[in-house]
Amino acid sequence: MLFIKLRNILCACLALTVLTFPGPVLAEYGLNLTQGVTPISREVYDLHMTILWVVTVIAILVFAVMFWSIFHHRKSKGAVAAQFHHSTGAEIAWTIIPILILVAMAVPATQVLIKMEETEDTEMTIKITGYQWKWHYDYMNEGFDFFSALDETSNTIRQLKSGLNPDEHENYLLEVDNPVVVPVNTRIRLLTTAADVIHAWWVPDLGWKRDAIPGFINDNWTYIEEPGTYRGQCAELCGRDHGFMPIVLKAVSKEEYADWADEMKLAAAAAADESGKTFTMEESMAKGEDVYKTQCAACHQANGEGLPGAFPALKGGAIATGDLPGHLDIVINGKAGTAMAAFGGQLNDAELAAVITYERNAWGNDTGDLVQPADIKAAR
Amino acid sequence: MSEAVAHHDDLHDHKPTGIGRWLFSTNHKDIGTMYLVFALIMFFVGGAMAMIIRAELFQPGLQYVDPLFFNSMTTMHALIMIFGAVMPAGVGLANWLIPMMIGAPDMALPRMNNMSFWILPFAFAMLLSTLFMSGGAPNGGWTMYPPLVTQLNDAFPFLIFTVHFLGISSIMGAINIIATVFNMRAPGMSFMKLPLFVWTWIITAFLLIASLPVLAGAVTMLLTDKYFGTSFFDAAGGGDPVMFQHIFWFFGHPEVYILILPAFGIVSQIIPTFARKPLFGYESMVYATASIAFLSFFVWAHHMFTVGMPLAGELFFMYATMSIAVPTGVKIFNWVATMWKGSMTFETPMLFAIAFVMLFSIGGFTGLMMAITPVDFQYHDTYFIVAHFHYVLVPGAVFALFAAIYYWLPKWTGHMYDEKLGKLHFWLSVISVNVLFFPQHFIGLAGMPRRIPDYNMQFAEWNMISSLGGFVFGLSQLLFVWVVIKCIRGGEKASDQVWEGAHGLEWTLSSPPPFHSFTTPPRVTDAVAHS
Repeated sequence: MLFIKLRNILCACLALTVLTFPGPVLAEYGLNLTQGVTPISREVYDLHMTILWVVTVIAILVFAVMFWSIFHHRKSKGAVAAQFHHSTGAEIAWTIIPILILVAMAVPATQVLIKMEETEDTEMTIKITGYQWKWHYDYMNEGFDFFSALDETSNTIRQLKSGLNPDEHENYLLEVDNPVVVPVNTRIRLLTTAADVIHAWWVPDLGWKRDAIPGFINDNWTYIEEPGTYRGQCAELCGRDHGFMPIVLKAVSKEEYADWADEMKLAAAAAADESGKTFTMEESMAKGEDVYKTQCAACHQANGEGLPGAFPALKGGAIATGDLPGHLDIVINGKAGTAMAAFGGQLNDAELAAVITYERNAWGNDTGDLVQPADIKAAR
Repeated sequence: MSEAVAHHDDLHDHKPTGIGRWLFSTNHKDIGTMYLVFALIMFFVGGAMAMIIRAELFQPGLQYVDPLFFNSMTTMHALIMIFGAVMPAGVGLANWLIPMMIGAPDMALPRMNNMSFWILPFAFAMLLSTLFMSGGAPNGGWTMYPPLVTQLNDAFPFLIFTVHFLGISSIMGAINIIATVFNMRAPGMSFMKLPLFVWTWIITAFLLIASLPVLAGAVTMLLTDKYFGTSFFDAAGGGDPVMFQHIFWFFGHPEVYILILPAFGIVSQIIPTFARKPLFGYESMVYATASIAFLSFFVWAHHMFTVGMPLAGELFFMYATMSIAVPTGVKIFNWVATMWKGSMTFETPMLFAIAFVMLFSIGGFTGLMMAITPVDFQYHDTYFIVAHFHYVLVPGAVFALFAAIYYWLPKWTGHMYDEKLGKLHFWLSVISVNVLFFPQHFIGLAGMPRRIPDYNMQFAEWNMISSLGGFVFGLSQLLFVWVVIKCIRGGEKASDQVWEGAHGLEWTLSSPPPFHSFTTPPRVTDAVAHS
C-alpha cells in the first residue's frame, strides 16, 4: 500500500513539474550542437556525432561489464573471489583496440581541420575587433565600419534587480543595436582581433569560434548557404560585462547586401561631415547622452556614479569637473593599466565632443563647458 | 595516545599539548589531520561561492549579484577548490598514509612538513581578504589571462603572492613525499611492492616539482608587467598575451593530473579490498600512471585551441591529447577487471569508488570529444567544458577523497563510522551531482558560454535543474561532516584489519595507530604487501 501511495505522489510531482514549465519555452531549448548553416559547420556536427556515438558505445560496453559484475559477483550471492591478477591477452587487446579507434577518429578530424585552416581565395574581408564590451566591424573592401553592442531593451532588463522579466524579450541578451550583415554564398574572410583584452567571436551556426587577441590578427573564413539571422556571444571572459556582448549576424542575398552596403557608405559620409559642424548645447547634450549610454554607461553607470573601487564616478568626479584638457586626454587616450579605453580610435570628433560635453554638464556637474568637434581635432 | 607512549621512549619525543600540539607539530598524523580539516573548511568556502553562482543562474535576469562579483565568485571558487580543497586533501592523505603504508615511523622531513602546511592558512587568508578590497576579489578567471588580469585593482598583488605561497607549500610537500618514499621504505618494500596510492603520489610529487615553478614564473611576469613596466604579455610593448597561456597551461595540464592521480591511487586501494581480489594488472597500473604523467607535459595547448595556432601545432596537440585515452582506458579496464569474478560487498567507500569509475569515465569520454580540435572550436569555453571538468573533479577527484575518508577513518579513529548515514550521504551525493552537472552538457552544446551571470530563456530549464541539483549536493555535504564528527567521537570499535579484504601494512597497525607509526621496521612479505 505504502509503495503504491509513494508511486502516486511521485507521478503527481513529475506531472506537476512538467506542467509548470511554460509550454512554448519548453519546446525551444536545445540538447545538442547545432548543425549550422555552412559546409564546415555540418562537417563539424558530423564529427561531433561520430565521436559521441563512439564514446557512447564504449561506455555502454564497459559499464555493462561492470554492472554485470556488480550484480552477479557479489558476496551476498555467495560469489567466491577468483585470485587472477593479470591477463596478457586482455591487456594487449584493450591497449591495441583503443589505439585503432583513435586512429580511425583522427583521420576525418584531420581532414576537417585542414579545410578549416585554408583561408585563401576569399571574396570579401571583415575585420572584427573586440572591445570591452562591444564588437567593431570593419568592412575592409567597402570602406565603412561600425560598433555593435547589446540592444537597449536587453540592457534595461539585465540591470541588477531590474524586476523586469527576461521572458518578455525573445532574444534577451542575444540582440544588438547594429547587426553585422553579410551576403550568402560568398566566401568571407573574418579577421579577429581586440583592442583591450582577449575576447572570442562565436556564432555557433558557423561551426567555430576564434579568440580576438590584442596585437594579433587571426584569420578565419565562412561560407553561409542559408539566409537568416544567426546569434552568438563573446566566449572568452573579458571582464564585468562579458555576458553582455552578443553577436548578431544577418546573412542576406547578394542584392540585399549591396543595397545595405550603399546605405552604410552614405551614413559614413554624413557622419564625417558632422565633424566640421558647430553644435548648440542642446544638440550636444542630446547626442552626448546617446553616446554615453552605448559607450560609457556599462562601467560608469547611467547615473554617472560608477562602481566604487572598480569604475570611478563621473558625477562630481575629479576628471569630469576638473580642467578640460585633462578630461579630453583621458577620454581620447585612455588610462593604461585600467579598463579605461582610448576612445580616440573608436569615436569620431563629433561623438567625442558631445559625450564630453554631456559628462561635464549632466548629473549636476554643470561646468557649462561646451566642447566642439574642432576642439577634439586640436586635442588629438 | 597512551599506546604511543608505550611504544616509544625517545627523549626528544616532546609532545606539546593544546594549541601547541598543532602549531609546532612535526607528526605526520597530526599534520595530515590539519591538512584534511583545512581542506574540508575550504571545500565549504569554495562550495558557498558555488552556491552563489548557482543561485544567480537559477533564473535568467540578474537577481542577486553584480556581474563583477559573479566573476569574482567563479574565479575564487576555482582557486579555492583546486589549491585549497582538493590538493591539500590529497597531501593530507599522503601524510597520514604513506609512512603507514611503507613501514616508516614518520615523514622524512617533519619540520618542513609543518611549514608546508602552515603556509596554507596564511595564503588563503590573504586571498580571501581580497573580497573586502577596493575593486573586489580577483575576477579575471582562475587562469589569470592577461591583459584582463592586469585590470585588477588592489587585489592583484595579493593574488600573485597567494599563488607563490601555494606553490612553495606544494613543492615542499612534494619534496617530503619523494624523500620519504625513496629513503624510508621498510626492508623488503621494493618499488614494485608499493601500494598504488604511494605510487600515484610519487608521480604526483614529481609533477608538482616540475610544473609549479613554471606557474611561479608566469605570475611573476604578470607582476612585473603591471608594476615594473615590462611587456612580457603586452602586445603594445612587443610582448605576447598568448605566451602567458602557453606557460600557464604547461603548468595547468600537469596540475589537472596532480588533482586526479592520487584519486586513481585511492580507488586502486579500495576496489581490491571490497572485491576481495588482487588488483588486476598492478604493473600496467604503474606504467599507465607514469605515462599519463609524462604525456601531460605535451598536451597543454588543447586548452587553447581557439587562440589561432598553426595547423601543425593544432594537429600535434590533437594527436597527443587523444593518445592519453589509451593509458586512461587501461586503468578503467583494470578496475573493472578487478571487480570481475570478485566477491563484492558495497560499503560506503566501495560505493564511492564505483561511482568514481563510472562518472570519471563520463568526464574522460567528453575529454576525448574535446581532443578533436575542429569540434573543440565549438565546445571551447561553453558549459560543455564546465560539465566535463566538473565530472572529472567532483564525482571524480572529490568522490575518491570521500571514499578515502570512509575507508581509512576507522583506522585513524579506532571507530567505525555510521554505515547508514554514510550510505545516505553517498546516494544523496551521487544523485544530486548528476542532476547538477549532467544538464550542463546540454546547455553547453546548445550554445551557452561559460562564466556568464545571465542568459537567454532557451537555457532556463536546464540551468534551473542544475541549480537545484547544486543546492542538494551542497547541503548533502553537511551530512558528511556530521558522519566524520560522529565517528571521531565514538562508535563501534574498529579492528586492526577493519575490512575483511584489506591488505597492506597500514592494516597491521592498531586502530587508531600509534603516534609514531612503525618504530621498528616491519618485515615486508608478499602477504602484507599490496593486494
